[in-house]
Amino acid sequence: MEVAESYLPILIFMVLATVLAIVMAGIPLLVAPKRPDSEKLSAYECGFEAFDDSRGRFDVRFYLVAILFIIFDLEVAFLFPWAVSLREIGLFGFWSMMIFLTILTVGFIYEWKKGALEWE
Amino acid sequence: MIDLFLTVVWPALKIVLTILAVIVPLILGVAYMTLAERKVIAAAQFRHGPNVVGPFGVLQPWADALKLMFKEVILPAGANKVVFFLAPMLTFALAMLAWAVMPITENFAIADINLGLLYLFAISSLGVYGIIMSGWASNSKYPFLGALRSAAQMVSYEVSMGLIIITVVITVGAGGFNLGNIVEAQRDLWFAVIHFPMFVVFFISALAETNRAPFDLPEGESELVAGYFLEYSSMQFALFFLGEYANILLMSAMTVTLFLGGYLSPVEVWFLGDVWMQPIWFMLKTSFIAFVFLWVRATVPRYRYDQLMRLGWKVFLPLSLFWVVLTSGIIVGFGL
Repeated sequence: MEVAESYLPILIFMVLATVLAIVMAGIPLLVAPKRPDSEKLSAYECGFEAFDDSRGRFDVRFYLVAILFIIFDLEVAFLFPWAVSLREIGLFGFWSMMIFLTILTVGFIYEWKKGALEWE
Repeated sequence: MIDLFLTVVWPALKIVLTILAVIVPLILGVAYMTLAERKVIAAAQFRHGPNVVGPFGVLQPWADALKLMFKEVILPAGANKVVFFLAPMLTFALAMLAWAVMPITENFAIADINLGLLYLFAISSLGVYGIIMSGWASNSKYPFLGALRSAAQMVSYEVSMGLIIITVVITVGAGGFNLGNIVEAQRDLWFAVIHFPMFVVFFISALAETNRAPFDLPEGESELVAGYFLEYSSMQFALFFLGEYANILLMSAMTVTLFLGGYLSPVEVWFLGDVWMQPIWFMLKTSFIAFVFLWVRATVPRYRYDQLMRLGWKVFLPLSLFWVVLTSGIIVGFGL
């Protein structure tokens, strides 16, 4: 119960922040002029007509970065509980995590050598 | 009736008031951060900066806000309506929300939760959604490219940030996820002293995380015009703008809390160490780090995208990983 109670302010804060954002976004809808025309509403491309749809192909490396991020962020997530209890689990806990990190580092070196981190 | 008031309404009202006590100064701070940026950059370039609206231009943020309020809201023809309007609101709300756990004095934080640090990490990571959503929903090339770059850069630097946070948690030990405990653990020695390299890496990652110069490629004016919020106008644009500056202040506050002793006074003499001085110390330290953000923008040229990625993945990630191993090794080895 006490834990739940300490999160109550966050819940109220969420509601408050949402309301604030909606109010701020809503003000110009009420007070600002509305004179749309087709030129104004077209996608901005430095004065040109849009050449084609913007949701075309993009560099696969962005995708690769996202995948690498998932791996390393998971690793960080594994490290959190270990970090907070390191003093209790002692040497055994320390070395178990070091084995895990070594395996991960091997993978990291592999992807480095493979050129997954290159942007030229 | 009175019972209901005492058990439900009054506690809720108290929480709302505490939240307002943080959110109102925060929004004022964000508004004046925009002015401070223009003033600092002007000073760096031997100009005056805004000085017409009010004495020394102090009313400039209000003039800007009013102007934006009365501008037309533009919804581009090809845009996804709901996502387009949701993105700025999300960015702004998240930038506010993260402040819920920030300890401002030793007995004041809106929500003093045990997992404050994780909450902070989670909320600041969610910021990338607002950017991706705006870039996708605009259905325009520049925002799309800006959002891609921004997302890739944010997730890259988040990894080393996570590892640095772990270093701090290891140093604090039990209860290390509570931000108050982290600050209290720095009473004798700030973590910026013991973890100095990580302090520097964290600050630089914070620059990248908030898309600030020299890592402001997502909005690189010369190539992407404005980046992911290009198609936005009026208060929708303002929400992005406020969100971005609130994030800068948040990152500054995070740096202060994790490394510079948060609300603690650097010197324990006279009245300077008193509890009522703590918010002032917190604000002073946060303002200083925020000033460094502006200072960096005024002096450092923009990075190339491959340099940015190299720095994040090939320098910061191995370095922070090494530091985690080193810190944990020392703590376990010497039984600290």
